[in-house]
Amino acid sequence: MEPQSLAFRTRARRAIADPVIATAMQRLETGWQLGRARAAAALPEFDALRDAAVAIKNHALSHLDLYLEAFERRFAERGGVIHWARDAAEARAIALSICREAGAKTVTKSKSMVAEEIGLNPFLEASGLQVVETDLGEYVIQLAGEVPSHLVGPAVHMTRERIAELFAKAHGGPPKQESAALVAEARQVLRRRYLEADVGITGANFLIAETGSIVTVTNEGNAELTQGLPRIHLAITGIEKVVPTVEDAFTLLRLLARSATGQEFAGYTTFLTGPKRPEERDGPQAMHLILLDNGRSSMLGGAMREMLRCIRCGACMNHCPVYLATGGHAYGWVYVGPMGSVLTPQFVGIDKAWTLPNASTFCGRCEEVCPVRIPLPKLMRHWREEAHRRGLAPPTARAGLGLWGFLARRPRLYRLATRAAAALLGALGRRRGRFGRLPLAAGWTGSRDFPAPEGQTFAAQWRARRGGRP
Amino acid sequence: MSDRPRVALFVTCLVDLFRPSVGWAAVELLEAAGCRVEVPEPQVCCGQPAFNSGDRRTTEDLARQTIPTLEPFDYVVAPSGSCAGMLRKHFPELFDEDPAWKRRAEAVAAKSFELVSFLVEVRGMRKPPGRLCVRATYHDSCSGLRELGVKEQPRALLRAIPGLELVEMEAAEVCCGFGGTFCVKYPEISTKMVEDKTRRAEATGAELLLAGDLGCLLNMAGRLARRGSALRVRHVAEVLAGRLDAAPIGYGKEG
Amino acid sequence: MSEARTAVLARIRAQLARGSEAEAAAVADVAARLGRPTANLVPARGRVAGEACVAQFEAMARKVGTEVERLAGPEAIRPAVLAALRRHNLPMRLVRAADPLLEAAGLEAEPLLEVRTGVPEEADPTGLTVALAGIAETGTLLLASAAERPTLLAFLPETSLVVLPTEAIVGSYEEAWARLRGRPGWPPRSVNLITGPSRTGDIPPSIELGAHGPKRLILFLVDRVA
Repeated sequence: MEPQSLAFRTRARRAIADPVIATAMQRLETGWQLGRARAAAALPEFDALRDAAVAIKNHALSHLDLYLEAFERRFAERGGVIHWARDAAEARAIALSICREAGAKTVTKSKSMVAEEIGLNPFLEASGLQVVETDLGEYVIQLAGEVPSHLVGPAVHMTRERIAELFAKAHGGPPKQESAALVAEARQVLRRRYLEADVGITGANFLIAETGSIVTVTNEGNAELTQGLPRIHLAITGIEKVVPTVEDAFTLLRLLARSATGQEFAGYTTFLTGPKRPEERDGPQAMHLILLDNGRSSMLGGAMREMLRCIRCGACMNHCPVYLATGGHAYGWVYVGPMGSVLTPQFVGIDKAWTLPNASTFCGRCEEVCPVRIPLPKLMRHWREEAHRRGLAPPTARAGLGLWGFLARRPRLYRLATRAAAALLGALGRRRGRFGRLPLAAGWTGSRDFPAPEGQTFAAQWRARRGGRP
Repeated sequence: MSDRPRVALFVTCLVDLFRPSVGWAAVELLEAAGCRVEVPEPQVCCGQPAFNSGDRRTTEDLARQTIPTLEPFDYVVAPSGSCAGMLRKHFPELFDEDPAWKRRAEAVAAKSFELVSFLVEVRGMRKPPGRLCVRATYHDSCSGLRELGVKEQPRALLRAIPGLELVEMEAAEVCCGFGGTFCVKYPEISTKMVEDKTRRAEATGAELLLAGDLGCLLNMAGRLARRGSALRVRHVAEVLAGRLDAAPIGYGKEG
Repeated sequence: MSEARTAVLARIRAQLARGSEAEAAAVADVAARLGRPTANLVPARGRVAGEACVAQFEAMARKVGTEVERLAGPEAIRPAVLAALRRHNLPMRLVRAADPLLEAAGLEAEPLLEVRTGVPEEADPTGLTVALAGIAETGTLLLASAAERPTLLAFLPETSLVVLPTEAIVGSYEEAWARLRGRPGWPPRSVNLITGPSRTGDIPPSIELGAHGPKRLILFLVDRVA
C-alpha cells in the first residue's frame, strides 16, 4: 500500500468532521478503554506482569538469533517448513509460490497485520487467487475495499447500516437490520469459503522456541477454521515474535486481551505445533511459516529496539486523544495510532511519514497503558530528531524554531525581545485581555482566543521589586 | 541544608512572558513554606520546544546554559509540570555521551520539582495561605501527571482551602490538546481535544478551572473565551497563594 | 539453508554485536532457559486449589458465557447430554470424540439420538469432546488434538459440548500445561485454550455470539472420573 501519511493533516481534518468516526471513537472509549481499566484494576498483579513481560521480551530480543534458531529446529522436527524473508517482496513471492504449488484457487485468511504490512492480499489477487478474509472486521473492510483503521478492530469505523449495505451487495437479498442477523449471514457465507479453500493463511501472535509452536489469538474462532480446514496452513509473522517458553507466552497472554479489549482472556488461544500427524483425523497436511524481517533486524541495535516488544494489542490507540479524534485512516498506512507513528517511518521511510511522529502532544497515555512499557513518546521524539536532521519540516516551522533558538541562546537579547513583546501585546490587549486574531497565529486563533500577556515580564518585575536580592 | 533552603524559582518562559502573577504566587507559596527564593539569571527556557521539535543541538545548548545557573541551589522549583519534567526527566537523557555534563544534569534533575508537589512532598505543606469561596475543577496536565506523579498534591491543598469546593470533571487526566507547537501544527485536532476538555470542565458546574501548567491554561482559556463560556481559568498557584489580583486568564480590565 | 536465512541471521547478529565472551554466555543462557521452562509470576487468582479452585473455575466460565453443569459421575453424562439437546431445542444428532470417557458414556444406546464418531462436517449441528484441563484463573478450557479427539469438534459445529473431569481443574495456565508436558507425542499438534463461545464485536453495537466457532458452549463438569 502506497503510504498517504504525508497528508495526515488533511485526512485528519476530514475525519474530525465525520460524525460516523466520532461515534465509532466514542464506542472505543466506552468499550475498550474502560474495559482495560476494569481488567487492570481487577488483577492486582497487572503491573508486576507488565514488568515480567518487559523482561521476557527484552531477553528474547537480545538473544533473538539463538531463539529463532531454536524455534526453527523444533518447528522442522514437527514437520513444519520455515521460509525466511528479508523483505516484503520476498515474503509475497514465497506466499504465492506456496499457493501455486498447492494448486490453490481460493485462500482463506485470518487477521494478520504482517500480511497487511507486505500488501499480501492485492498481490495474491493480482496473481489470480481469490483471497477471503475471515475475521468479520477484516471481511467487512475487504468488501468495502478499505484498509484496517484499528489494530484489533479493523472495521471500528463502520456503522451497522454500512455493513448491512455491503453484505446485501455482496451476498444478495435485502439489507438486514440486526447485528445478530448480519453475523449469522457472514457465518454462513464464510463457512462455504473455509471448506472450499486450498490454503489458509494466518498470522502468529507468538512463536515458542521451546516447542516450535506458533500461537494464534482470536475471539471468533476463525484462525482455527482457517488453519484447520484447508490442506495447507501458511502462517506469516515477524521475527520479533519469538519467546523462549510456553510459560513466557502465558505471561504475555495474561496482558494481551486485558490491554486490548478488557477481556481477561481472549476466546480462543491456540498453540500449533506442526501439521496433521499420521494418526490424526483432522489438521492440515502441510504447515508453512514465513518469518519476515522487513527492517526489524535493523531496529535491534538502536533506539527502536524497544518497539520490537510490541504485542499489537492496540491499547496505545484506544487511549490516544489524537487517534480518538481522527480514527485510523488519517494515518495513511497499515499501522495506526501511537504504535503506527513509530512503526510507519520505520517501514516506509521518515521522508514519507514524518508527519505522524509529529502529530502527538506527548501526553504519555500510550506509554502509560502499554503492556510492555514501550516509551512511545520517546520513540516518536527519535523520529522528530531524524526529521529535523533531514530538514523535512516545512520552512516556516523551521524558520520559527530557528529564530526562537537564536534568541534563547542569547539571554540578554531574549530579555529585550520578551520585554518588548510583553509590553506591546499587553498594551494592545489590556482592555479585553485577549485577541480574537493575531498575525502569524491563525493556527491558534482560528478556534481560540489568544490570551494577552499582563504587560511586564516576570524577570523585569523581579529585578525591579527585589533588585535581584532574595 | 538549612531549615530555610535556598530555592531557585525556574519561572518558565510562558509565565515570564504571559503571566508574571503566577511567578509571584509561586514566590509567596515557597516563602510561606519556609524557603528563601531566588530567581537566578540567565533564565530563558528549559529547551522543551526544541527538544520536542527534534532539534537536539539547540536543546543541549540550552541545557548547558541553564544547568550552571541552577547548580548552586538546594532546590529548583517550577510552576509547571512540563518544564519541571524537562529538568527532572529529560535533562539527564540529553548527555548520554557526555559523562561530565550527564553528572551535572543528574544532580540538577534530582533537586528539581514541580511547585505543588514540592510544597506538599518536600515542604510538608498542608494548609495553603489562599482563601476563596468557589466551585473549582482541576485539570491534570500530562507531563506533571505522568512524568512526575502530580495528582493528589494539588487536590489535597485545594481541599484544604476553606470555602473551596473541588469537583472532578470526567476524564481529568486526558490531554487538553495544547502540546506545545502541536496546537498550531495540528489546529483541527488540537481544537477537537480542547473542545472535549472544556465541555467536560463546564459540565461540572464549576466556576473556575485550574491546572498547574500555563500552556494548557492558555489553551483552555482561549477556547472557553472564544465560546463565551462563563467558566474562568487560573493557575492553581494563584488560588493556593490567594493572589487573585490579576484578572482570570484571557480577561482584562473590561472582561 | 537459504540465502535469506543467512542474511537475516547475520543482520541480527551484527546488530546485537555480542563479543565472543558474551556469545558463550548467551548460548548457555538460552540453553538453560529452554531446558528448564519455569513459570513466571502467576497471579494469586491462579494459585487456588481444591473446591475453591472448582468454584472459581465455574464462576469464571459462566462469566464468559459458558453453560456449566456439574455431574456427580460419568454415568450422568448420557442423560445430561440428552437434556441439553432438548433444552436448547437442538436436533438429536451429534458427532463425538472417540475418547474413552465418551466411549463409556453409552450414548449410542440412546434410541432417539444419532451419534457418529470422528471429524465433524458442515452439517453437523453439535460436537462432543473432552477437555484435558480447566483453568480457574479465567474459566478457560484446555483441549488438545489426538487421534481420538479431532480439533474441529470444538470449532465447526454451532453447539460445542465439552466434558471435563472435575479433577482436571487447575489454577493457572502453567499448571494446565504442566499436565501435558512430557506426555507421549508432546506437545500435541493443536492445543486450544477456549474461553467461552465464539464472539465478535465487529458489527456494532453489540457483542454477538457464534461468529465462526460455536454459538453455544456447554460444559459438563464430571466428578468421580477414575
